Amino acid sequence: MKIIEKDALSIAGLIKGREISALEVTRVFLERIDKVEKKVKAYINVAAELALSRAKEVDMELADGVEAGVFGGVPIAVKDVLTTRGFPTTCGSKMLEGFVPVYDATVVERIGRAGTVMLGKANMDEFAMGSSTENSYFGPTMNPWDLERVPGGSSGGSAAAVAAGEAPWALGSDTGGSIRQPAALCGIVGLKPTYGLVSRYGLVAFASSLDQVGPMTRTVRDCAALLGVIAGYDPMDSTSIPGELPDYVGALTGEVKGLKAGVVRELSSEGIDTGVRERFGETVSLLEKLGVACEEVSLPSFAHGLSAYYIIAPAEASSNLARFDGVRYGYRAPGESEDVWEMYDRTRAEGFGGEVKRRIMLGTYALSAGYYDAYYAQAQKIRTLIVRDFGRAWDEYDVLVSPTSPSTAFKLGEKVDDPLTMYLSDICTIPVNLAGIPALSLPCGLSDGLPVGFQVMGPPLEEPKVLNVAYALEQAIGFDARPEL
Amino acid sequence: MEYETIIGLEIHAELSTESKMFCGCSASFGGGPNTKTCPVCLGHPGSLPVTNMKAIEYTMMLALALNCEITPRSVFHRKNYFYPDMPKNFQISQYDIPLSTDGHLDADMNDYVRKVGITRVHIEEDTGKSIHIGESGRIHGAEYSLEDFNRAGIPLAEIVTEPDIRSAEEARAFMQLLRATLEYLGISDCKMEEGSLRCDANISVAVDGKLGTKVEIKNMNSFRSLFRALSYEEERQRFALEQGGGLIQETRHWDDAEGKTHPLRSKEEAFDYRYFPEPDLVPIEPDPEWVDRLRENLPELPQARFHRFMEQFGLARDIASMLTGEKALADYFERAVETGQGPEELAKWIAGDLSAMLREAVVPIQHCPVAPRGLGELVALVNQKVISGKMAKEVLREAFETGKGPQRIVDEKGLSQIADAHELEVVVDEVIAENPGAADDMRTGKEQALKFMMGQVMKKTRGKANPEVASRLLKQKLIGRE
Amino acid sequence: MAISIEDVEHVARLARLKLTEEEKETYRRQLSDVLEHARKISEVDTSDVPPTSHTLPLRNVFREDSLRPSLSVKEATGSAAWAVEGAFKVPRII
Repeated sequence: MKIIEKDALSIAGLIKGREISALEVTRVFLERIDKVEKKVKAYINVAAELALSRAKEVDMELADGVEAGVFGGVPIAVKDVLTTRGFPTTCGSKMLEGFVPVYDATVVERIGRAGTVMLGKANMDEFAMGSSTENSYFGPTMNPWDLERVPGGSSGGSAAAVAAGEAPWALGSDTGGSIRQPAALCGIVGLKPTYGLVSRYGLVAFASSLDQVGPMTRTVRDCAALLGVIAGYDPMDSTSIPGELPDYVGALTGEVKGLKAGVVRELSSEGIDTGVRERFGETVSLLEKLGVACEEVSLPSFAHGLSAYYIIAPAEASSNLARFDGVRYGYRAPGESEDVWEMYDRTRAEGFGGEVKRRIMLGTYALSAGYYDAYYAQAQKIRTLIVRDFGRAWDEYDVLVSPTSPSTAFKLGEKVDDPLTMYLSDICTIPVNLAGIPALSLPCGLSDGLPVGFQVMGPPLEEPKVLNVAYALEQAIGFDARPEL
Repeated sequence: MEYETIIGLEIHAELSTESKMFCGCSASFGGGPNTKTCPVCLGHPGSLPVTNMKAIEYTMMLALALNCEITPRSVFHRKNYFYPDMPKNFQISQYDIPLSTDGHLDADMNDYVRKVGITRVHIEEDTGKSIHIGESGRIHGAEYSLEDFNRAGIPLAEIVTEPDIRSAEEARAFMQLLRATLEYLGISDCKMEEGSLRCDANISVAVDGKLGTKVEIKNMNSFRSLFRALSYEEERQRFALEQGGGLIQETRHWDDAEGKTHPLRSKEEAFDYRYFPEPDLVPIEPDPEWVDRLRENLPELPQARFHRFMEQFGLARDIASMLTGEKALADYFERAVETGQGPEELAKWIAGDLSAMLREAVVPIQHCPVAPRGLGELVALVNQKVISGKMAKEVLREAFETGKGPQRIVDEKGLSQIADAHELEVVVDEVIAENPGAADDMRTGKEQALKFMMGQVMKKTRGKANPEVASRLLKQKLIGRE
Repeated sequence: MAISIEDVEHVARLARLKLTEEEKETYRRQLSDVLEHARKISEVDTSDVPPTSHTLPLRNVFREDSLRPSLSVKEATGSAAWAVEGAFKVPRII
């Protein structure tokens, strides 16, 4: 097996065992990027020089017998929504074109301490708003399985990079499905951790009460390993959960017999494409064969998840994105402005793309006088109902399952002019964010040659259980198809 | 028709924590532009706030001092509006669930007490500062502005009063008491001129008990301008009402130089703050034990000290009020009392000559060159009749200017009074001999003659003659009685 | 829920976005669509339901009042080409 086809833990083993140097590994991936990037466009900025010098450092440390971090020399792609000190961070926006942060996101610091080598910053929908990566100011990313199709979004660059062998693993962020949906559409593993498990410091905020950073990997084991690197308390994030972390890799026993899984009716029947439904049904049968009791469960509040989400997330976003005003950093509309108000109006009109403006408008409206109660306050109450529905489900079930996305990868441009249809792509993933629980998407087969994702949801902080169920399924499914490029 | 002025105040006090409200940058005043900033207080993408516990503690201390209830569970909200001095274009503040509510502070007005209800005390972050560049140096007519974010994120306590204040005098007295309270608590610098203590007012005039139109007054940067602005506005509104004219609900800006308020017109009249709970922060649920500990450890507050000064030291209302209005002044007084001299005399010296000298030299009482012990010494010298009261004033000035102790000054300059009757008798005899005309006048009962003769005695003794002894001797010799 | 051009203009003003006439109409239509969909939630009876703004059980998260190094002025203003002598220059405010 070629290096670019290997999972991250295997690469780490090869480097540790001195079978290959970190520098060689980095070169292999940079060559791969050179070769396929024109077709896939997974990265906004490739950090070739930085990566090579970091790899050399790791090799030197290894030669000196120094422990170069648990994943010394393993390359990684980082979604361009995470700040990287001294390296451009754009969030896929003209607003931050060329912006160089003065600090590292906590997760970026942590993957650095673990010895990983950042290959570059992955493409994304502008400010993580979108489900197709078509909303990037720097152009769309193509799905490695079919270059005419989208990789999903908003972490489409991260997903495509991993699927195309342009990185063994990647970091993404997930506000309403932005890790899981592209993972599903690109045939990789993606986990949105429990809200508060992974620090948000340095994650450029979309919707603060929903955002989480998470791993996007080839295998469940890699996913568990990368979670172990990035998770854990951070004093810089007031919403970070204190306490000891479990051993996520150690939890992967594959033993799931006797567990109970609920198949969420609201997320797995209506509006789900036939091909997706078929693969999903087969996977549920596999789960039963593994000794997991599966039964359908109805969580009625989920019917309103999408609506609540598309009030809450834009409302928070409208406030979070107010800081992009051309005063302290980022884009400022060129030419004279009559006054500061005109400078604001022009800067923001020119600096933000259409979808971002749409959501800012929507969120501003939902919070404005006279509409707050009808929209924002009501959405927050719906959120309570969703939390309660999940809570009741955990009394009965160890995990809940559903398809990750109602469809496989759709064509570029297919939904871009119809926001509401695009928003429906997130229907299966959104309730998880509203409740702050962990959920993972696992490739469960192909439909018409395109990957289908299977979502496993668990109670708060039960990542070990979610990962282990996914691990058992992964072994049983034996998904080994790869896109040809 | 009966007019009644109705005033409510909204006060912002910068808290004197080491670091800012949500980041580790220094909260101190001054420094070059943007020298005290970081990704958090500059609102850089991805940065997050973490609450300074001391700022919460200070706000709770203030709330307790103002007799407020501490809210068992309060939350932060975002107040959204665009302004160039706002790093995030929202301010982290509190909205419908503030840290504390329902208190009061009672201002002593000499012949009555004004009880002012405190609606709420909450915590929020300060904004940066805009410096307007252009000929005028003001916002109107500026060519451009420069933004400095050193102040952005400094913790601010906001105090909102009920509309219980009835005059500009009461407003000023309330503010002075509030300032003293903040100072006694040691939680704020309280410098109105530097902007660490700011006050806006809502003022209206009720006619025959019917509520009037509320006008908000901004930009009152000293106690004096607070008083002047509210007096002006009170008059303006009454005049308008007397003329039968209408008033509009508006915000007016106090112009100190002109002595007038002006309507504040902003291009940004569309205010809709779109408050919503700050998702980057979690609720504050103060442990009752924490609150109790803070309550127990509150220092003696200005009002309590005011009453104690009247009872314990027998001070007059106005002097007690003046001394306790500033913590350091009251501390100075109490240390002077420890010398064993009479509190009333000491208080008079502090409130009178010493305060005048401090004011003139622009020196705070903390750095007064005359130590409390020195003042005690001065009063002792007077009481022991070593120096006269008049001489004491000069000794105090000398002590103030040189930092020398009063006793030392008296010794060095040989200022001790001549109280010895035998010694003075020689001088008195000389004066009588040298001024026969005046002596005759005195014998025939002309009052002014005594003053003249006394003057001559003082001249001969270079002011050291004990006036009582000298006067007694003159009277004995010329009128035959004392 | 149809919203008017005036609503769009008001919201754009609050959000500080300059919109062309064409954009106003597009947003009017698209926001109406999304809000129409969202309006379904108003049919849910939530009279006894408290709002959830956060799913975390955390409270009282504080830091000690201690200093951390600030940025240098160069770092603080390095992303603003329009900075003047350490301060951010902006067009006049009124």
